[in-house]
Amino acid sequence: MKKLHTEVIAQAQVAGNFLTDVADVFLFILRIIKESFSGHFEFKEFFHQCYQIGYKTLPLISIIGTIIGLVLTIQSRPALVDFGAVSLLPGMVSTSLIREMGPVITALICAGKIGSGMGAELGSMRVTEQIDAMEVSSTNPMKFLVVTRVWAATLMIPLLVLYADGLGILGSWAGANIKGDVSFSLFFAQAFASVDYIDFLPAFIKSIFFGAIIGIVGCYKGYNAGRGTESVGIAANSAVVNASLLVIILDMIAVQITDMLVL
Amino acid sequence: MKNTAVIEIRNLKKAFGQQEVLKSVSLQLFDKENLVVLGKSGSGKSVLIKCIAGLLKPDDGSVTVFDKNISEISREELGLLREKIGFLFQGGALYDSMTVKENLEFPLRRIKRDLTETEIRKKTMEVLENVGLADALDKMPSQLSGGMRKRISLARTIIVDPLIMLYDEPTTGLDPATSDEISTLINEIQKKYKTSSIIITHDINCARKTGDRIIMLEEGEVFKEGKIEEFEKSTNQLVKSFFL
Repeated sequence: MKKLHTEVIAQAQVAGNFLTDVADVFLFILRIIKESFSGHFEFKEFFHQCYQIGYKTLPLISIIGTIIGLVLTIQSRPALVDFGAVSLLPGMVSTSLIREMGPVITALICAGKIGSGMGAELGSMRVTEQIDAMEVSSTNPMKFLVVTRVWAATLMIPLLVLYADGLGILGSWAGANIKGDVSFSLFFAQAFASVDYIDFLPAFIKSIFFGAIIGIVGCYKGYNAGRGTESVGIAANSAVVNASLLVIILDMIAVQITDMLVL
Repeated sequence: MKNTAVIEIRNLKKAFGQQEVLKSVSLQLFDKENLVVLGKSGSGKSVLIKCIAGLLKPDDGSVTVFDKNISEISREELGLLREKIGFLFQGGALYDSMTVKENLEFPLRRIKRDLTETEIRKKTMEVLENVGLADALDKMPSQLSGGMRKRISLARTIIVDPLIMLYDEPTTGLDPATSDEISTLINEIQKKYKTSSIIITHDINCARKTGDRIIMLEEGEVFKEGKIEEFEKSTNQLVKSFFL
């Protein structure tokens, strides 16, 4: 009986901690919104973060985008050849890239690179009292560090998704030419003929939310890191895990909503 | 004249969960005075100055800086008050991603917004020369030694001409010679910038060299207060343990 009682209390504490965390995240988001629209905006730092998040992630996204398009084409081609439907290949690949593969894979890569970077950088700044130093220098660290990073991620990740989509289709054309012979202009014409705004728009909108989630989770974990050096690793790790999980969950919700609206 | 209190703390209490770090601390810092706060690790010294700078919110009691109660003023007022307070962090807290120049310019551009580029350059060089590191302008914090980081951090703090300086363990982790240099620097800054300072330390040499008055904290309370000579003559075991 006593063991059961202890177990119930332990479970209640876990549930209580979870609810406290949810409330903390909610308050953190409210504060980001408030700080974004009150007082001056740190444009210089925002552009610096856009450069860090956008430009510095380009090489990685270039490689991954191209390979995804190439692999998708090589894997799909035999099945389409069997059905005599190889002409559908550009449309099929472009639709799957634009609707799903491009946004989700780019977001997951960014959750790993950008989310962990934010978690580690802000966590390290917290541990070494740089955030406190900023505060005593009459600088609002929430505005300078968090708001700029979240908006930069929200803006740059959808652009990276578009870039990955483009390179994915280019990779697909390269893949189609390994065993076939299709001109660049014909492949692209067929690829884009199959894509409607209903394929592009929901994917672009969900990419914006992916960017916001990656920025918020990375900053939340780093900004609220504990005091020891161990906390930096924990912040970086949990930023990646939570951001990736939330991207997948949000993708599932976005697909359901798109499906309902299209029907 | 050292009779005007620039900081007044009354019955300050601060706890983290069940752990009471500050039980009831009252003290005053007078104008142009160097007050040393001595105490063992965990006695609540750093928490005390973080409460003064508004980085931690007291559970009870009051912290008044220039006649303004830190807990009762708005965020904007706190920002304005902080412009008069310099805080030297234990590890220096230099911004890793910025050069020394950018570190120094960061508070200057935000607090003294009306300065021209020439004035900013001049001020930056002036404080660097004051801490004896005029050639470190373009270095990154990772390229600096522990003592150099402390000096640059000190330069970043004094660049905005604060009226109060809060030093959190300024000599911790430094060799005796560098510790002595930092203590000398604290005195020079006090003379040159006419600051009032609270120096948190457990380094007795630093306390001897810099302190006009000493307060000893023990288990979250003021244990003893007086001049360095009074501490040196004390027969109390705890006090003697610091002066061996």
